[in-house]
Amino acid sequence: MLLDLFVSVLVLLGAAFTLLGSIGLARLPDFFMRLHGPTKATTLGVGALVLASLLHVGGEAGTGGLRELAVALFLFITAPITAHLLSKAALAEERRSRSRSEIDEG
Amino acid sequence: MTRVLPRPGLSLLILGVWLILAPAPTLGQVLIGVMLAVALPLATRGFWPGEIRLRRPLVALRLLGVVLGDIVTANLLVARQVLGAPERLRPAFMDVPLGIADPFVSTLLGSIVSLTPGTVSVDIDRGRQVLQVHALHIEDPAATIALIKARYETPLKEIFGC
Repeated sequence: MLLDLFVSVLVLLGAAFTLLGSIGLARLPDFFMRLHGPTKATTLGVGALVLASLLHVGGEAGTGGLRELAVALFLFITAPITAHLLSKAALAEERRSRSRSEIDEG
Repeated sequence: MTRVLPRPGLSLLILGVWLILAPAPTLGQVLIGVMLAVALPLATRGFWPGEIRLRRPLVALRLLGVVLGDIVTANLLVARQVLGAPERLRPAFMDVPLGIADPFVSTLLGSIVSLTPGTVSVDIDRGRQVLQVHALHIEDPAATIALIKARYETPLKEIFGC
């Protein structure tokens, strides 16, 4: 009963943070600012969902726990790397367009 | 031995993760896991420049705890910023001087910076030895840079002995 309540709170929290990440993506004005929402909020959002799943399913079937931990691990590794690659690409694109306009002027 | 298994630790980790993700640890799954554990380190050998050794596991655990706590703080902060008035935010790029030469450890620092409050790592510039960071809202860049160095870089240097 208490566990169910805890799991429910975690699911709602996870959903709320995932939603916040998307709101950030929609509301923030430029590319680099937009990166902040999804990188951070989705990590905690999905992290909370994974924890909820761990408590809910892992409590019934013994093997469940490790699998959720693996999911969380992958997420924590891939989210910052995705953000890093996206921003690197955006930076390169910005430099390229800037140099192009300089050539146009000259 | 070193030719077949250049990174025994990594191989063991791959096999372990594969078996965790497999629906049931049958003989077939073990075989696939062993094949992956041998093939993946060989295929990615070029991407692992040097040997990485965890020298201070206890410091690593403490850093993990700090980072997990900071992820929660980061989310509360970003939630407030997203729901507040975006036009009042003062975003900025900052250069954090890197005291770490190892590419793996500096990437780790970049990832930590991306998950923790206020900052996302944008680029690791090996030539200039700086980690370029984007902050969503910054009051005092020098203090933020000092915080990143003291809170994350110093323990990382200690953990990997570099």
